[in-house]
Amino acid sequence: MLMEVKALSTEFKLKRGTVRAVDDISFTIDEGEILAIVGESGSGKSVTALSIMGLLQNPGRIAGGEILFKSQDLNKLSQKELQKIRGNRISMIFQEPMTSLNPVWRIKDQIMESIMTHMKVSQKEALARTIEMLDTVGIPSPAERANDYPHQMSGGMRQRVMTAMALSCGPDLLIADEPTTALDVTIQAQILELLYRMREKFGMAVLLITHDLGVVSEAADRVIVMYCGKIVEEADVKSLFARPLHPYTVGLLQSIPQIDDESDEPLYMIKGMVPNPLRMPRGCPFSDRCDRCLERCSQEMPKLQDVDGHKVRCFLYDVVSEGGHAQNE
Amino acid sequence: MNEVLMEILNLSKHFILDTNLFGKPTIVLKAVDDVSFTINKGEAFGLVGESGCGKTTLGKILVNLHSPTHGKIVFEGKELTALNDKQRRSYCKDIQMIFQDPYGSLNPRMTVGDIIAEPIIINQLLPANKVEERVIYLLNCVGLAQHQRNRYPHEFSGGQRQRVGIARALAVEPKLIVCDEAVSALDVSIQAQVLNLLVDLKKEFGLTYLFIAHGLNVVKHISDRVGVMYLGKMVEITSKRELYSNPLHPYTQALLSAIPIMNPEKKKERIILKGDVPSPINPPAGCRFCSRCFKELDQCKLKEPLLKQVSPNHWVACHLFE
Repeated sequence: MLMEVKALSTEFKLKRGTVRAVDDISFTIDEGEILAIVGESGSGKSVTALSIMGLLQNPGRIAGGEILFKSQDLNKLSQKELQKIRGNRISMIFQEPMTSLNPVWRIKDQIMESIMTHMKVSQKEALARTIEMLDTVGIPSPAERANDYPHQMSGGMRQRVMTAMALSCGPDLLIADEPTTALDVTIQAQILELLYRMREKFGMAVLLITHDLGVVSEAADRVIVMYCGKIVEEADVKSLFARPLHPYTVGLLQSIPQIDDESDEPLYMIKGMVPNPLRMPRGCPFSDRCDRCLERCSQEMPKLQDVDGHKVRCFLYDVVSEGGHAQNE
Repeated sequence: MNEVLMEILNLSKHFILDTNLFGKPTIVLKAVDDVSFTINKGEAFGLVGESGCGKTTLGKILVNLHSPTHGKIVFEGKELTALNDKQRRSYCKDIQMIFQDPYGSLNPRMTVGDIIAEPIIINQLLPANKVEERVIYLLNCVGLAQHQRNRYPHEFSGGQRQRVGIARALAVEPKLIVCDEAVSALDVSIQAQVLNLLVDLKKEFGLTYLFIAHGLNVVKHISDRVGVMYLGKMVEITSKRELYSNPLHPYTQALLSAIPIMNPEKKKERIILKGDVPSPINPPAGCRFCSRCFKELDQCKLKEPLLKQVSPNHWVACHLFE
C-alpha cells in the first residue's frame, strides 16, 4: 500500500457558515494502480487532491483525518518537509495547462527547476534529463522545443510538458486533476495513452480525478464515486460498470448518451440538482434526487458498506438493517 | 419533411489579422472556408469538430453576429446575404442562438424576467401588458417557476441559466435555433436534463436546430444529420445513422474512435492521430487533414479534395473516394 487516507475532512470557513467540501473519506492507493475519483462539480474531488498535496488555500483547512504516505502522515509535516515530498515523490498535473505553466519561463527552465530542487545533479545533467523527459512524453525535436515558452505550444503539447515535469523526478504517485478536460477528443486520446504508457514505464500509481465516466472506464483500475464530499461507491472498474449499485452512479451512467445506442428514447434524467453545501439535507445527500428513496434516507446518513468487495453508501444494500426493516413492517 | 429551411452556399469567413503599409492583408485566418450545406425544416443538424475548426464562427454568421466574407445564405427562399442591414434585421428574430457559456451570456444586472422580455419588447411582438404573461409562459416551458422571474442570473445554477438562455431564444418564436455547445459546460446529470428539454421543445414548437458540439455522443443523441468540420472545411455530411455506422473520412473515423466507451471489458482498437490541429493561418496545402492522416495518398498534398456525393445521402471530401 502506497497511500492511505483515513477519515479525511476538509472545511472552508465562510462568513455564511462552514462548508465541509470533503467529509470523512477514507481510501487507499496501491503501488502502480490507477485509482479514479469521479464526481460532478462541487463533489469534493479536487479538494481531496489539494488536501493530499497540502495546497489548500485559505479559508480551506484540513479539519481532521490522516494522509499516510508510506506510513508518514503528510498532514503533520512542516512545509519544509512537505516540499521534499511534493514534486518529488508525489507530483500533480492540473486541468488548465495554460495557467499552470509559468508564461515567462522557458519550458526547460521550468522542468530543470523541479529536477534541481529534488535531485543532486549538475545543470548539465538536469538539462539532459529534461530533454530525455520531453522525448519520453512525445514532444517532437525535444532539444529545440525545450527553449520554447508555453504560449508557443498547443494545449496538448502543454499538457505533455506538464506531464514531463511531473514525472521528471520519478514520483511514486501522480495526481492528475482533470488532465484531459480542456482538450479535444483526439488530443484527449493521445494524453490518456501517454498516462498509460508512463505508468507501464515508471510504475507509478496514478490518482485520476475526472468527471468523465468514459475516461474512467478507459483508464482506471479502481473507481471512487463522490457526491457532496462523501464517497458513495467504491469498486474495481469492471464491477462498477457491470453492476453499479448506488442510485446516483446508476443515474449518471444512464444519463450519458451512448455512441452505440440506436434508440431515440429520451435520456434518463436525475431530477433536481446538487444541494447547496451550506444547507445539506440531514440524511443521505442524494435523498432528494433519488428515485428509490426510502423513508429513513432523509433522516439518517447511510454507512459505506461492503457488498462482496464493492463498497456502497446506501440503505438499499443495508444488510443489517434489512432485518430491522422487516420487523417494522 | 425534406423542405429546405436554410441553404448555405460557399460560405467563407476570413479574419484579417495583419495588413501591410498599403492596407493589403498579409496574415489571413480562414475560419470558415467555402462551406456549403442545407438545413431542412424540422430537423436537427449537428455540426462537430475540434476547437478552431470554425463551427462557432459559422453559427455566428448565421445569426448575423459576423458578416460572411463570401458566400450566400438563403433562408426560406430569401437571400439574407443580399439584404441591407435594416432588411436583414427583420429576419434576426427567426434565427436565434443559445450560447455555450451560461455564465457569460446573461446580463448580470438584469432580472431573468427582463432578460426574457427584452427581445419581445425590441421586436414589438406583444403589447406591453401582455409581456409578463408571455414571460411566465416561457419560464414554464423551460421548467422554471414563475416566481423566479424576479431573480438575477447569479442566483441560478449553470443548468438553470442555460434554461433561461433557451427561454430567451424562444421568446421571439424563432424558426431556427443555433445551439452553440449548449450543454458542454454542464455537469452530466444536468446535461441530460437540458438535452431532453431541447428535444421536447423541438417537438412542441416545431423548431429546427443547428446543434454545434464537440461531444460526438451528444450530437448523435439529438441530431438527424451531422456535418463534420476540420480547419474551416466541411469534410463529411451524412445522416446520423450512416455517420456512426459507416464513417468514410479518415478524420471522422479517428474522431469516433477517440471517444471513450463506457465498458471496461471491451477495449477497442483506437486510431490515435499524430500531432495537433495545424494553425488555420497557414493550413497545409492540398487536403488540410493530410498532415495527420493515416491513409494519406500521394495526391493528398497536391490537390484539395472537394465535397462529393458518394451515396444518396452521404457527402465526403477525400481523395480515397474519387
